[in-house]
Amino acid sequence: MTSTISTVGILGAGRVGMALARQALKAGYDVKIATAKPPTEIALMVDLLAPGATSVSADTAARDSDVVILALPLGKYRTLHPENFAGQIVIDAMNYWAPTDGTIAEFEDEASSSEVVQRFLPDARVVRSLSHIGYHELEEQALPPGDPERQALALAGNDAEARRLVAGFIDRLGYDPFDAGELAAARNFDGGTPIFGGRMRLDEMRRLLGEAPLVGEAAE
Amino acid sequence: MELGIYSFGDVQRDPATRKLGSTAEATRNLLEAIKLADEVGLDYFGIGEHHTYEMPASAAPVILAAAASVTKTIRLGSAVSVISTDDPVRIFQQFATVSALSNGRAEITAGRGSSTESFPLFGYSLNDYDELYAEKLDLLLAVNAAERVTWSGKFRPALDDALVVPRPDSGSLPIWLGTGGNPQSSVRAALLGLPISYAIIGGQAARFAPLAELYRRAAQQVQLPGASVKVSVASPGFVGDDAKAAKDMWYGHWYEIMATVGKIRGFVPPSRAHFEHEANGGGALFVGGPEEIAERIVALHRSLGHMRQFFQMDVGQVPQKDFLHAIELLGTRVKPLVDAELAANPSKPEVGND
Repeated sequence: MTSTISTVGILGAGRVGMALARQALKAGYDVKIATAKPPTEIALMVDLLAPGATSVSADTAARDSDVVILALPLGKYRTLHPENFAGQIVIDAMNYWAPTDGTIAEFEDEASSSEVVQRFLPDARVVRSLSHIGYHELEEQALPPGDPERQALALAGNDAEARRLVAGFIDRLGYDPFDAGELAAARNFDGGTPIFGGRMRLDEMRRLLGEAPLVGEAAE
Repeated sequence: MELGIYSFGDVQRDPATRKLGSTAEATRNLLEAIKLADEVGLDYFGIGEHHTYEMPASAAPVILAAAASVTKTIRLGSAVSVISTDDPVRIFQQFATVSALSNGRAEITAGRGSSTESFPLFGYSLNDYDELYAEKLDLLLAVNAAERVTWSGKFRPALDDALVVPRPDSGSLPIWLGTGGNPQSSVRAALLGLPISYAIIGGQAARFAPLAELYRRAAQQVQLPGASVKVSVASPGFVGDDAKAAKDMWYGHWYEIMATVGKIRGFVPPSRAHFEHEANGGGALFVGGPEEIAERIVALHRSLGHMRQFFQMDVGQVPQKDFLHAIELLGTRVKPLVDAELAANPSKPEVGND
């Protein structure tokens, strides 16, 4: 079982996937990017937009990484192969936006879309995070630990160890992690909440999301 | 370098009663703006297809046809045409008609559009979003390539040696691919042999430089002729006599739009501090005085090498008189400054493409 994160696999090579790749590279991680296409087809794109990252197959990115980030359009989540994610720490950064994606019945109820994704990937340790900040803001607003202006990013998941490791990852990306607890808590920072697209420091987020433990401070 | 305007035909708002003006008035205002843009020497005016009360420019080629008869040199285009929910044969015919009426000044920018009102309006499903776009683009390029078309697809009956007229004098229309920065779109434009138009509407504008490089490298790989490899940029912007007054005034209108979109998509509207970050330096909002805007356009040109930049000024019910004044300043003050600077100190040839 993973005890630290050094390799980050990203599924999706769109705006979100590329921005995450660059930010993870900047933080010193080994980054793999994959789409449903063969790696050679995205190699030029990856070389120019996330220099230093490796283009791999979707199977490789999912299996051979310490953490896998889902950055594909949410409507395509069923193209993932659940067997590749057994035991894996998976960060779900996908959002459901009916006005632009069309209405998808299974995402219309109260639950966070990440709960649906966790049901589809039953053996994955899904953590919802990196979903309430814009992709270019993620790159432009990162700050070192201790900076008074540093923003917080929320995370939620059912596996405490996965949450702890993801918190450490977020810290290295340039944000204060806020552990909101179980995956169901993700609905408190999904679209339509003041967290979604809002910029706030850790103390402000704690006021809004309650007094969950700050696991990030204990992470590596 | 070419400079221009784009608009979604925003309606006015009565400052006293706060009531929105009529969509018919907005349509006439748009024609007035295009006419002025031509008179002050701007190169391009684009109309972005939208279907909301606040942004009623749903029939761009009709307005452009009217504009063709009252303008002399300005190029007239869409920014963008939502091709996924229209008939590409009809889009082509309408713009080819504008081309005939304007002696070759019509252009199409094909895109997905950022809003989706046209899907239910014309009976399309958002679940076919990607497939529709790919198929419609394919047909649009086919009718642009030849006046007799044989084609088949999934979403409409096949065409068997069908005649599509009128034809532009030059045989075909300039068709751009419009994109908001999805990396695949830059590759797609190059593979299709199309010029690319980037909508840079937030964040730091220069982050599109690697995308433009990706587009050029992909074009090189498929040996696209140099003349077809073109980059343009659409961004929000506004020019006032005084930089601070322009920012103060325009912020309120921009906030209006962002709050409206935010309500629909569930995000918190941006703060004034966020606005200041993006409306200065390398930010995507080109709002300020003439000198400042000229400098910022040139600075972006140094990294992106775009041959055209055009601005959406009339967002969120900017009063028509302020819109017109900003158009005048862009043509009479900003454009000469940009021309002079790029003539004196051209950008490096590897990023220039005009």
